[in-house]
Amino acid sequence: MSTLVSLARALAVERGVAQPITTVRHVHVHERPLVLVPLTLAGEANAPLAAMVGTAPDDARLLVVAQPRNRDERFGFAAELAAILVSYVDSFTGQVEAVVTNRGRDIRSRYTDGPQLIVPNPAGAGFVKLFGRSTRLRRTDGPWAVAPTVPLAGRWLTFFAERYEHPGSAALVAVTSALTAHWATGQSALEDANLAALMGWIDPPAGLTGAQAAAAAEDPLTWPPAGPITDPTFDNEVLAALMEAYANAPGERTLATLTTAIRGQIEPTWRLVWRAVELLRALPPGERVAQRWAADRDAYSAMVMSIVDGRPPQPRRDGAVAAAGRLNRLERDQASYDVQRAFDDPLVLAEYRLSGEAFAGVVTAAQPDRVDASGRRRVLRPHVTVLTDDPVRFTPGAALTSPARPAQKATVVAVGAGDTSEVVLELSGGMGSSLQAPPGTVPEVGEQVVYSSLADDYQQAPEFPAREDTPWTHGGPPPEYVPTDEDAAEEWS
Amino acid sequence: MILDAVLADLAGRRGVVVDSPPGAGKSTLVTQAAGRLAADRERVMIVAQTNEQVDDLVDRIARHAPAVTIGRLSAGGYQPTARVAHPTVTVGQKVADLAGATITIATAAKWATIREGSWPWAIVDEAYQMRSDMLLRVAPRFERALFVGDPGQLDPFSTVDIDRWTGLTWDPLQSAVAVMLRHNPDLPVHRLPVSWRLPVTAAPVVAEAFYPFTGFEAGSTAADRSLSFSTRALGAGPLDDVLAMAAQTGWAHYELPARHTLRTDAEAAAACAALATRLLQRGAVAVSERERDGAPVTAARIAIGTAHRDQAAAVRAMLGPAAGEVTVDTANRLQGREYDVTIVLHPLSGRRDATAFHLESGRLCVLASRHRQACVVVGRAGIAELLDAHPSAEPVHLDVPVKFPDGWEANQAILAKLAEHRIEARR
Repeated sequence: MSTLVSLARALAVERGVAQPITTVRHVHVHERPLVLVPLTLAGEANAPLAAMVGTAPDDARLLVVAQPRNRDERFGFAAELAAILVSYVDSFTGQVEAVVTNRGRDIRSRYTDGPQLIVPNPAGAGFVKLFGRSTRLRRTDGPWAVAPTVPLAGRWLTFFAERYEHPGSAALVAVTSALTAHWATGQSALEDANLAALMGWIDPPAGLTGAQAAAAAEDPLTWPPAGPITDPTFDNEVLAALMEAYANAPGERTLATLTTAIRGQIEPTWRLVWRAVELLRALPPGERVAQRWAADRDAYSAMVMSIVDGRPPQPRRDGAVAAAGRLNRLERDQASYDVQRAFDDPLVLAEYRLSGEAFAGVVTAAQPDRVDASGRRRVLRPHVTVLTDDPVRFTPGAALTSPARPAQKATVVAVGAGDTSEVVLELSGGMGSSLQAPPGTVPEVGEQVVYSSLADDYQQAPEFPAREDTPWTHGGPPPEYVPTDEDAAEEWS
Repeated sequence: MILDAVLADLAGRRGVVVDSPPGAGKSTLVTQAAGRLAADRERVMIVAQTNEQVDDLVDRIARHAPAVTIGRLSAGGYQPTARVAHPTVTVGQKVADLAGATITIATAAKWATIREGSWPWAIVDEAYQMRSDMLLRVAPRFERALFVGDPGQLDPFSTVDIDRWTGLTWDPLQSAVAVMLRHNPDLPVHRLPVSWRLPVTAAPVVAEAFYPFTGFEAGSTAADRSLSFSTRALGAGPLDDVLAMAAQTGWAHYELPARHTLRTDAEAAAACAALATRLLQRGAVAVSERERDGAPVTAARIAIGTAHRDQAAAVRAMLGPAAGEVTVDTANRLQGREYDVTIVLHPLSGRRDATAFHLESGRLCVLASRHRQACVVVGRAGIAELLDAHPSAEPVHLDVPVKFPDGWEANQAILAKLAEHRIEARR
């Protein structure tokens, strides 16, 4: 936990309400997201018990599996969920925009909008991942045939689960993670994982402090767990009896009683999720949120193309080359997400200022037309002096950038000592090619500036060997994938 | 001679691994192996992990085998150092610029960008520091390879926290050696048995804590090494007691009062800086088998090691101008380096919890095995209680080889040793 978040937590306790730890919203919130609140049956790995799903607070569909141990009923649930999911995902293929890449040499197209799936917590995202894995390789004919939409929905669920691994992606959002990224509460990180308690701190009912609201949220009768795991007391005392009643006399009456009981468990979470979406939506979005959402739309467009082209579903495991490539993409996304958040948000940047990786100050001297003639060619290398109160831990030679002028590199020439220090920077780049800096490209005396070692550079993706050229150190070329009926035989439980 | 055995094994196989404890002559082995292969007119590629390591190797090999042409591949921004200024060394950004050098050396990151050419032999230095996804990019360039490294040091790390590949034999988060050996389990693994760096006071401690199954011995005897001071401690305080203890026993634990602190604990950082400064003021003299008449312990021969970069920065800010040349760095950056005296800010000092990061055995191993004479550990009281309150509870995964030693156990072992050398700071 960083210093500023620790401070915000202490303030939250003192003030009785969660404190914002960002000035802007760093996650894209869709106008029409698909909210999914899944519940699973205790004791069965990822066996769906129920799900509430829909694109608006008053448009909830409740899907219930009366006997989750019955495979046929699970498939029925999968088909119902698949129908909703696939029609939602397909609803964004209307408009296409052209994207110019590779410095104008290539043009590719992507959809102007994409799907966003919202689940209550990271465990909900885990459900999406596992349910996608257990449905995407199903067969629509042969011995264990399922409805045609089921494997398709499995591929989309897997798509969401894989995007969820990408730092900064908003294709699949876990509400508790999104909330704790924007607010600090006066309780522990473990308690923050409880959606009701977290919302109690962030949005306490009138007359209650955050701590009181969070304490009240610990009662599983009024605030059942946000899933996918259900409350064990409910399991033992209510669910078991109703399931048995249904098993003894399957019919509309027993099913209706069961459904009502489950609705009571799932609806409070449904309302909390939508309230959280509302709170998040009310925050102003950061400047670079749209850029990251565009990456999600790119991934969505590629996924649509892959389905249209009839390519096979995502494999069970990444091969050696695929794993290395994916790790590289994830690491680049992480680096760029960290930098983008700091550039978008002074409060996030403050964390870097505290640790000495950034400093803010005012320009006290500037030599905008300084020319370095020591090399073969005379080059424009302006010097600026910045006075700052921040602890500066850079040494001469460090390369910095400013969020205001990302194309310009600033090299530290000298750092003064003391509580307030003067930092001399040598600027290069972003000033055209003449020996005269165009107005505005060099900070002027009196200007407030921020410099940091963060840089959101575009980095070219490294090359990996082709799959069929996997070297001997990594097991050699893997055998060619041939789809078989055995693929569908993966254990459901 | 271990080199003959290694090269004989390599002739008939695709790869050989040589495990080396701290300071066991790994660089010497790499230098000699490269020299021998080059003498047989074989083209050799050498993969190191950092530019620093590459330049060191270039220098060593150029001195060891002055007749062999060496090519130093580098990235665009590289400034050649004095160490590569040998008549046989060519520096270039492309393989074509190196005029067919017999030995070609570059960092793994640079090798990964080379898409053409093939070398019959490769030597991968510090292979346990290299991540297997990097090896995947480099491996198409060589036919057979000698992997050299220290298994007790820090595992490679990633900025993303993901368990997607856990249990896969080609998990890209594993080290190059781990993945290579899982796909080629029959390849021979040699071990260097003697640490020439660690004094006899440290070798058994480090061996027991971090290399419990293989072990190693000190190459020097107690009579070979000593640390003394050329000035007396007037009005001696706890700092001088610590230095005396370190000089006498090779270890000292400077214990500050118990307190939960920020990561950049100002008091602990100041203590580290004060110890380094005091060591210089007292004019320490180190005697070793290399310098039998003793040599002054200058700032360049002292290192201060921390777990985090901001801690290193905090310590550096406290060092006065007299101690400006003392190396202050994180465990990751100190890997493979050697000093007379090291001052270590204990990774668990002042913490409320013991995370996997702070318990990692490799981190402590690096910090506790950089010294030729003495190691001083600075930490707040309560580390033992903290360890007891946080037994290692990492999940166990299927198909993942169990890693020894366990970080928690290694920490306990070192702490038990330090308890015998404890000096309390004045309150």
